Parts: sequence; structure tokens; C-alpha cells
Amino acid sequence: MPQSGHRQPKASPDAATPASANVGVVDTQYCAFCVPPEELALESGERLGPITLAYETYGELNAAKSNAVLIVHALSGDAHAAGVAADDGRAGWWNNMIGPGKAFDTEKYFVICSNVIGGCKGSTGPSSANPATGKPYGLTFPFVTIGDIVAAQTRLLDHLGIERLLSVAGGSMGGMQVLEWMVAHSTRLASAIPIATAIKHSPQQIAFNEVGRQAIMADPNWRGGDYYDGPMPAAGLAVARMIGHITYMSDKSMAEKFGRRLKDERQFFKFTADFEVEGYLQYRGRSFVDRFDANSYLYITKAIDLFDASRGKKLGEMLKGASTKVLVIAFKSDWLYPAYQSQEIVRACKVAGLDATYCEIASSYGHDAFLLETDEETHLVKHFLERVTGSTQGGNK
Amino acid sequence: MNSGPLTLEHRAIVELVSAGSSVLDLGCGDGELLAALVNEKGARAQGIEISDQAIYKCVAKGLSVLHGDIDTGLPEYGDKSFDYVVLDQSLQQVKSPDTVLRESLRVGKWVIVGFPNFANLSARCQLFFKGRTPVTPSLPYEWHDTPNLHFLSISDFFEYCRRRKISIERSVFIGGGRRVRAFPNLLASVGIFVLSDGESGERPGEANEER
Repeated sequence: MPQSGHRQPKASPDAATPASANVGVVDTQYCAFCVPPEELALESGERLGPITLAYETYGELNAAKSNAVLIVHALSGDAHAAGVAADDGRAGWWNNMIGPGKAFDTEKYFVICSNVIGGCKGSTGPSSANPATGKPYGLTFPFVTIGDIVAAQTRLLDHLGIERLLSVAGGSMGGMQVLEWMVAHSTRLASAIPIATAIKHSPQQIAFNEVGRQAIMADPNWRGGDYYDGPMPAAGLAVARMIGHITYMSDKSMAEKFGRRLKDERQFFKFTADFEVEGYLQYRGRSFVDRFDANSYLYITKAIDLFDASRGKKLGEMLKGASTKVLVIAFKSDWLYPAYQSQEIVRACKVAGLDATYCEIASSYGHDAFLLETDEETHLVKHFLERVTGSTQGGNK
Repeated sequence: MNSGPLTLEHRAIVELVSAGSSVLDLGCGDGELLAALVNEKGARAQGIEISDQAIYKCVAKGLSVLHGDIDTGLPEYGDKSFDYVVLDQSLQQVKSPDTVLRESLRVGKWVIVGFPNFANLSARCQLFFKGRTPVTPSLPYEWHDTPNLHFLSISDFFEYCRRRKISIERSVFIGGGRRVRAFPNLLASVGIFVLSDGESGERPGEANEER
């Protein structure tokens, strides 16, 4: 990860956490529920069941069951947020934020990371076997929404015996799940941390997702989504991922990372990857194909595009009466989820009279900053959670 | 919360706020005043601040603070949604003090304003005898690096409130490290006012302060 030019928040004497502090080797766990005839009623009107949801946990649940923090992930994330995966040794996607002494301190909090339905990382999705046919669902998988994804997560909490979360946190699509939790399940939350996210997608954000979907569907191997017995629509999915990666970086972070450097001075005037940025995107696209399902990409991006935390009304009105403490974080160079969208969340909190903290972190990493600017995020999250813990234990101050 | 000893100005403001109030501090800086209001008065406190470094310090003090511009940050708040709106050393730094003050009076039952007095004796002497733009303890900036956009005196503010029909419920003046009780426009370096739009009829907390 590029760390040059990285600023320490001056007010943060406690950000220094040894990089080795880690939750160790973790196994992904699986929770099964909604077995027919008790299927999950989806927002589309269809029903889904049985459902498997992949999740991981770090730290210990206290006796009062009051220290649980739910982490929710972005588009291509999974349940493996921290530690080292037992099977392949991979580090978790938010490993620098979750662990002993880190922002989500596993010595204080019981941290849960839940995967999403519709995905392909161990939870029920279009690549899962349809119990009616024994074959992968493909496009017969019902449309799922962020509301459905969060509804499935509430079942996971029921399974874990957790009535109320100390907090729910996530960036990007994870932030949308946080907003959904705030709107639909506010009684089960003491606090919420939406990061680099939006109440609803702008036309520009929908447009980028649509280009990704079109790239997948234009791949002849996609075959109407029924490709599981043959070659994957790898080329289409790779292009979708390449577009994604462009939107996750900033003009400045790309210039710093690649400049106009050439991969190979001798190969010129050919349609090969001349520039380093081209090689990088191609590599990112190719490696994504090995770990993600094209149909899941279609389903999840659609769920993101359809999401509207305000249900066409005003979010501030929806949040009235809640007592959730909110920490909203945005990043200056994030042009995919610009700060104005986070400020809309803040305005809704003001209207609803919620206790809110907002910071726009100075960063040049673009949307990726929510995974990279961990010193600043750690400072904000750590102190915020300490305050929330204090007020839940000591009554409302 | 770890806050150092309060300045005389912050001490005066803390004494003006009644216990258990809700407070919106516009331009709350490092959060010293807000932290004192939370600790000493059990205030339900919310800050708005434009500097990200100051935000980090506020968060470390356990405060709720929003990163934003107070020139545009108030429309979402409902009428009288806070007991007090505090503008401590920030009114002279906003682009449109008139709008910010009007909005503050809408959002808060009472507005506490603290600002440096441009007409205090030291400033007058520097201007009159040296012909120099005043640099004083309450106006510590050189002309080229000041965040202050507006320069006003205590007399200016009295006249402004009279014309705008803003009622001054209380006033405290500070100069030379102590309370100033006579000739504030000459002797005070800082003026602190509790204002209301005169519509609520309520009086600000009687706390422990002489009128």
C-alpha cells in the first residue's frame, strides 16, 4: 500500500498500534436459517430460503451482551475482515482497523463481520445451488436489496443471541447497510458509523455500475447467467472490475502510483499494456475473476443502485425518534462517493436531532481511502466508540 | 475529559449557561469550552468546526462535532432546537455575521456571542500614536494573517443589536485579565453578550452570575 505523504492526525497520540497486533488465525463460520417454509420475504415479493450467511467474529462477547460491533463490507468484500484466514493465509480486508488495541479493539468489543446474501463468498447467492433444481440459481436467483441483506444480518444477530449492537460500521456499500440498519432497525443499535457512502446513488454512480454490468452481459460466455457448467464470463467481469478500480482511485493517487511510466520500453505501438496503469488494471481485472462471481456482481451492484435509505422521503424525518449516535466519515479526494453525499447524511441527523460527529478526512487516495487512511479513521472511531460505551453504561448524559 | 485551565472568557461563558442545557457551539475550535460545558454543566453539547485538526482534538475529548462551515451549517436545525447557541470568537470570522446571528437566534433560545473589542485602549493607542493596525492580546494577528474578517467594537455591537431589535439579556466584559465593569468600550478587550430575539419571554438561566 502506498504510504508516502501520509499524515498523522496531530491530535492523535494513541494511533501508534504495533502492526503485529492481530486477531490471529480465523475461520469463517456459517449460519443457516430461513429453511422452507420459513423463507425470508424479500422486498421484491419473492421468497428466499434456505439461507446461509458467512461471518467471522473476533474478541469476546461480554456477559451483558452489550459490546457487539457489526462490520459490514463493500461490493467485493467478504466476511474475512481481520486476522489471517485459516485456509489460505490471507489478511482480512480491514485488518488494520480490527484487532487488539486497534480502532475496533477486540480486547473491548465483540466484532462480527457479516457477508451479504446475493454474494459469492460463502453466503447464498446466484452461484449457490437452487434447492428446487440442485443446480446453481443463475438468474433464477431473486433480486435482493440492501434491505434484504440487512434483514438477513438481523437473523445472524438472533442466532448469536445479540439483541442490541453497540455499533454497526462500514464503508461504501457497507455504509449503505449501516444506513439501512439506522432506518429499519434503530432499536437494535446504540450507534452507527457510515463511511464514504450515500443515502442513495447519483446518476453518475449508477452509470458506472451499469457499464460494469453491460461488460459482463456482453461477454459471450455469460450465456444469460447460466454459465456455471462452462467457462466463466471472465473478460466481461474483468472489465467491470477495471472500471471499478478507476473510480476507487483519484487523479492524484493514480499519478503518484503510475505516472506515465511504461512497462517495457521496447514494446511500443502495439495494443498491449504499454503503461503501468494499464498493466495494473489488467492484473486487477484478471485476479478478480478468480475470486468473484459475475452474476453476484450483477445482483449486488443492482442492489446498490436501487438503494434509497430515505425511501423517496426525507431521511431526517425517517430518523426522528431514534437515539442512535452517529459518526459520519468522508474523504476529500473521494469522487465516487463525494463528501456532499456524506453531508446529506449529516443534515438528516441534524433534522432528526441525532447526536452526530462528522469529519472529512484530508486524503488523496480517492474512494479507496476508507481502506487506507486508517490512522485518522482509527482516531475517530476509537474515541467515538469509547464515548458510546460510556453513555450506554452510564445512562444518557 | 482532559481540559486545561479555562481562559477567563471561557469561564465567563460557562457561568452564563444553566446546568443541563443543550448547547450548539459554532466554531468550537479544539473543544475546550464545550468540554467544560459538558463536564461542569452537564450540557448536551454539539460543535461545528471547519478545521479537521481541531475536529480530531474535539473527538479525543469525547465531543460530538461536525466538520463544516457555520456560514451554511444552520438551516437544518429546527427553531429553538438548542437552549444556547455559542459564537465564541467566531462571529467576526464568518463571511456573513448578520445571517449567522439571525440563524443562531432562530435555532437557539439564547445566543452567547464573544468577540474582541477593536476599540479597546491598547488598540486605540496603536492606531492613534503609532499609526499601526492594532495587535493586542485579543486581536493577536498581523494584518496579513488574520482570520478575522470583521472588526467591531462593543459600542458597534450595542448599536447593531438596537437596530436589529435583538435584546441583550446579559453582558460581561473582560480586559487586562479581569472583569471590566466601567467604560467597557475603552477598557475591555473582549465583550460577551447573551442575546435573544425577545420573543420567548423566558430569561436565561439565573445560574450564579450577578446581573
